[in-house]
Amino acid sequence: MTHTTLSPSELESFGAEIDALLTRTKADLGERDTRYIRRVVRVQRGLEAAGRALLFASGFSPLFPVVWALGTGALAASKILENMEIGHNVLHGQYDFTNDPTLSSQTYEWDIVCPSEQWRHSHNVLHHTYTNVRGVDHDLGYRMLRVDPSQPWTPLALLQPLSTLVLGLLFQWGVAAHDIDMPKYLFRPSERTEEQREKVRELFAKAKKQLRKDYVLFPLLAGPFALHVLAGNLVANVVRNVWSFLVIFCGHFPEGTETFPPEALDGETRGGFYLRQLRGSANFEGSWLLHVASGHLSHQIEHHMFPDVPAHRYPEMAREVRAICGKYGVAYNSSSLSSQVWSVAKKIVRLAFPSAGGDATPTAA
Amino acid sequence: MLDPLSWGARLASALVYPRTLDDFVGLVAPLRSRRAHHAEVVLVRRETYDTVTLVLRPGPHFPAHRAGQHTALTLEIDGVRRTRVFSIASAEPRAGERHRTIELTIRARPSGLVTPRLTGRDARALREGDIVELGAPRGDFVLGTPVPDRLLLVSGGSGITPVMAMLRTLVARRHRGEVVFLTWAKSPRDTLFRAELDAIAKAAPLTCPGLRIAVVHGPMSEGDLAARVPDLASWEVFACGPSGMLDVVRADLRKHGDLTKLHTEQFSAPTRPPAPEGEGGEVTFARSGKTAEGRGPILPMAEGAGLRPKHGCRIGICHTCVCRKVSGTTRDTATGALSTDGDVDIRICTSEPVGPVVVDL
Repeated sequence: MTHTTLSPSELESFGAEIDALLTRTKADLGERDTRYIRRVVRVQRGLEAAGRALLFASGFSPLFPVVWALGTGALAASKILENMEIGHNVLHGQYDFTNDPTLSSQTYEWDIVCPSEQWRHSHNVLHHTYTNVRGVDHDLGYRMLRVDPSQPWTPLALLQPLSTLVLGLLFQWGVAAHDIDMPKYLFRPSERTEEQREKVRELFAKAKKQLRKDYVLFPLLAGPFALHVLAGNLVANVVRNVWSFLVIFCGHFPEGTETFPPEALDGETRGGFYLRQLRGSANFEGSWLLHVASGHLSHQIEHHMFPDVPAHRYPEMAREVRAICGKYGVAYNSSSLSSQVWSVAKKIVRLAFPSAGGDATPTAA
Repeated sequence: MLDPLSWGARLASALVYPRTLDDFVGLVAPLRSRRAHHAEVVLVRRETYDTVTLVLRPGPHFPAHRAGQHTALTLEIDGVRRTRVFSIASAEPRAGERHRTIELTIRARPSGLVTPRLTGRDARALREGDIVELGAPRGDFVLGTPVPDRLLLVSGGSGITPVMAMLRTLVARRHRGEVVFLTWAKSPRDTLFRAELDAIAKAAPLTCPGLRIAVVHGPMSEGDLAARVPDLASWEVFACGPSGMLDVVRADLRKHGDLTKLHTEQFSAPTRPPAPEGEGGEVTFARSGKTAEGRGPILPMAEGAGLRPKHGCRIGICHTCVCRKVSGTTRDTATGALSTDGDVDIRICTSEPVGPVVVDL
């Protein structure tokens, strides 16, 4: 792979060109973006209603497996849209410009267990500001996986091919535990802070409502077909978990994504910030539907450069970002979804072993 | 709609969590939404070359207004929700009755962002069938009960709208007391409700024998009121118009009338040209009552004033520091874009004041 460090003057003009793209795009935000997200919201609500209705109906239908699968699929699709294209992006403030309270980053509550407020801290503040800076960005392995050779190896790492799969299945719970630093909370009770306790209380309160809805109320309403509904809801949640896990892992952990020492933040310029985001992220390519289903996080590079620009704009911005990167000779990590998944899987397995030293993944300073 | 406290509604809320019932109701029947009042645009009627009347049918929960009150109209222009306050020009409903429709008569402010889009020849911001959001009717500029014996309604320009609501209400009630309705307009083609005023005046001997109506063209000058209304001190006066005109009304009443009987309403917010680059300004923190003055982002200014606003990255990434700007103009330090609207959310880490700004902190 190409490995270019830019001179200070190059870095400055690189930053200025990316900034100009941002300014141009923000000035153009308007009706097109509002119409787009409203349409996604309508489709999502429709899918959710249809999915729930089909799951109810499946018990009465002679075509039970087909109707059940359709209902579960519609519900899973609705949960994916709500999580990725609506929830994640609204919470980034991408639609704050509309001044619409139902699209406001400050008040939106998304349909997964992690309370929006906690996620906005762990994700928007820590991860997006300190992307891939070792010791500061806890998204680097989520405090449980070794995703970079600079992370010390422990025998626990041997289990990580398995624990990664478990994380994928339960991803929303991993996200929920993230801001609280759950391992520390559980294993060092004496160091618990009041803030942590408060966050745990909020999390429990939300988790109760989430679980009650999908695993108690909807099944009970279905009476004799409670199990059909319960199974459908469970599968839909797991499908959403696995899909969002794949999208997120493909955004930061494929081969070629770099990590940075804390010193990288000292005196970092605007250009330096953009370059770090670029080097620490990876895109994947695919159809229009794939991009929408990923909440356009298929364009992780653009998302990290422009986290509060409506994500459906990333494909068109990516063409310009790519051209700018080409001009300055910096690598732009983009590949098909399957090859990025494969790349991440290989890395997770390789780093499970101590022998995989620092030379396999170069680490930029 | 279900009673929000009923078990059915509680169950439904639990089923749609973390959405609210309104998130679904609002998509299919926005008028029934309980989060905010909505209204359907029934008719868009041109009044003059630069004014338009919106006939709106509010949802069932919209409270009845009193003549003279105003409402906040929220509509979307270029994908951004904008809120502007307008007087309700239609008569108030009879006691115990509900609105079928209300009317807002809106004149374009040439430098405005919203009104020209409603009133221009090719206005496309609103069409019949569109849904808009409405604030509950507010304001103290209302006739007392009982209505004073001698009532003087004075208006200038588009300030006619709240007193028109009063006039329409009095006519509908066949009010028997003395009423003088005086309105000043720049020219005949700028006169609002001309035909209706003529018709009311013609029918007055039968409907409201104590009513006199006069339309005056040109600016109002001192002495005008005293010249047209004898014994000025005996009248209860309701006046609405531009600030210059209200000054004239006050001067006349000071000399010939009774200032304590004056009620005024004024809307035309002074338009302020955007300040030159980097001018800075005074920031008022409305909730804490503190102020700060200076240039650059509002977040450090707030901290300098002893406040501890919620914040995260401090460089415009995370949207943790978003808070409500009540009024004033701010500039985004990253893009240079100006935000001139009141009641919008801004990121205080990358917003700098351009002139006086009020934020909800």
